[in-house]
Amino acid sequence: MTRDEIILAVKDIITTIAPDEDLDGLNNTDPLRDQIELDSMDFLDIVMELRKRYGVQVPEEEYGVLNTLDGCADYLLPKLEGQELKMVNA
Amino acid sequence: MSNARYDTIIIGAGMSGLAAGIRLAQYDQRVLILEKHYLWGGLNSFYKRAGRRFDVGLHALTNYVPKGTKGAPLSKLLRQLRLRHDDLELAPQSYSEIAFPGTKLRFSNDFELFRSEVHERFPHQIEAFERLVAELDAYDMFSPPDTDISAREVLKDFISEPLLVEMLLCPLCYYGSAREGDVDWYQFAILFKSLFNEGFARPEGGIKPLLDLLIKRFAELGGELRMRTGVDAIVHKDGECQGVRLADGTELEANCVLSSAGWAETMRMTGDELYDTHVNEEEIGKLSFIETIFVMDKTPAQLGHDTTIVFFNDSTEFDYQRPKTLIDPRSGVICCPNNYQAKTPLKDGLYRVTTLANYDRWKELSPEAYSEAKLQSVEAALQTAAPFSFDPRPHEIERDCFTPLTVERFTGKMAGAVYGASRKRLDGRTPLENLHIIGTDQGLLGVTGSMLSGISIANRYALVPN
Repeated sequence: MTRDEIILAVKDIITTIAPDEDLDGLNNTDPLRDQIELDSMDFLDIVMELRKRYGVQVPEEEYGVLNTLDGCADYLLPKLEGQELKMVNA
Repeated sequence: MSNARYDTIIIGAGMSGLAAGIRLAQYDQRVLILEKHYLWGGLNSFYKRAGRRFDVGLHALTNYVPKGTKGAPLSKLLRQLRLRHDDLELAPQSYSEIAFPGTKLRFSNDFELFRSEVHERFPHQIEAFERLVAELDAYDMFSPPDTDISAREVLKDFISEPLLVEMLLCPLCYYGSAREGDVDWYQFAILFKSLFNEGFARPEGGIKPLLDLLIKRFAELGGELRMRTGVDAIVHKDGECQGVRLADGTELEANCVLSSAGWAETMRMTGDELYDTHVNEEEIGKLSFIETIFVMDKTPAQLGHDTTIVFFNDSTEFDYQRPKTLIDPRSGVICCPNNYQAKTPLKDGLYRVTTLANYDRWKELSPEAYSEAKLQSVEAALQTAAPFSFDPRPHEIERDCFTPLTVERFTGKMAGAVYGASRKRLDGRTPLENLHIIGTDQGLLGVTGSMLSGISIANRYALVPN
């Protein structure tokens, strides 16, 4: 997956766990929590969905890297190399 | 042990167990829920009698917020279970009231009504009340204190008018205090928010459609539910929980066991040694209730009663204790389910009246004395309750009554303690690794609270593999 695809993948996961949030205006640099309503339970779900969809394990002490979309992309790029983007809410 | 190993086994198909089960099945765990009774729902179950369906515990779903409200417990719950607000079909209350002789405080799902009522009835307490509200607004629900704090004592620091303190305590004790004479300050903060800042609603059709939704979701996700399957023992070795043994002797292995049976009840399943070490019998819940439901040929509104719920007390002091006698008719709760703003009105008029009851006094009665005691108790309760509402008896089609013994029989809660043990286990931990407490004795109560209890403990201990 490319960086852009990873960002799409994460946004698709957020759509699954928080279907009422409007993700159109999300930027890649500000913390997600500041842009939409996400609490620690939701971040756990992002991690769980990454595992379910792509088999990626994110250890608890590294949850912080998922704070921004850029952070997600940086962290996941090597881990998702060679994987196809799976859109559930396309 | 058999080779059918589960990721998680959940004891009890009540609100907390079903919510935990959905969470775990959502992430492809192999989950089994075991329920002793032939119906699901636990303390919030239902039953049929003479062709009518009755809710067991449900007066109100507390924590009601409208669709789209951000960050509220109900919104978090819906998100965690991937349910839509509309799925619950919640009918909001009209308004409710706290009624003491000569003074009433009405409240609704709009906090401003309660605020203005307090300001009007207690003009000298306006500043004090507002300071209390600000303190509660800022209260961090996610960092519970390590020790129990008396809400009664804290309230006295804010409010100098004893009647207002009693009137605040009355509904909050009745809707969730497991502690006699008081409510823990942490619980008070949660309950205040769930009753006054948020509010009451009733699922259309009562608790069954909501339970059906949870059961269906759990099944769709591949979860397994076994009814009439009690757990005889929790199997453990070297401080680690390994699974459960059923009444028929079958042993089932699991990586994790979540129990909604209650603290003492769960410890009992682990055997005498842990029970004796970790159960203080003083902490087994002492508070139970008797409730009578009247089916009437008229609706409460036709009889001039628009209130959804009335928390009544017949004097200026509110005494929330296990009574010395069968029941204590001096205070109680009247619930009129017709007075929720439902899309489909209920067919019959309904009137529920609940008062405190003493489990031991009911337990010692002979079968004949038991039936007679039920009749007398409802007469006594109505003597106090009717002046705060109306008398349902002239319009009675049918009635049914549950006592602390009924609660114990169908939920397995020792002493029929509806709100469980007086000491809660907020972190859900037990002396055994991989065994955790969910539901009433973990500490979150009510339909919304118990589901959040199941969700949060499942997330914390069962979802992420060690």
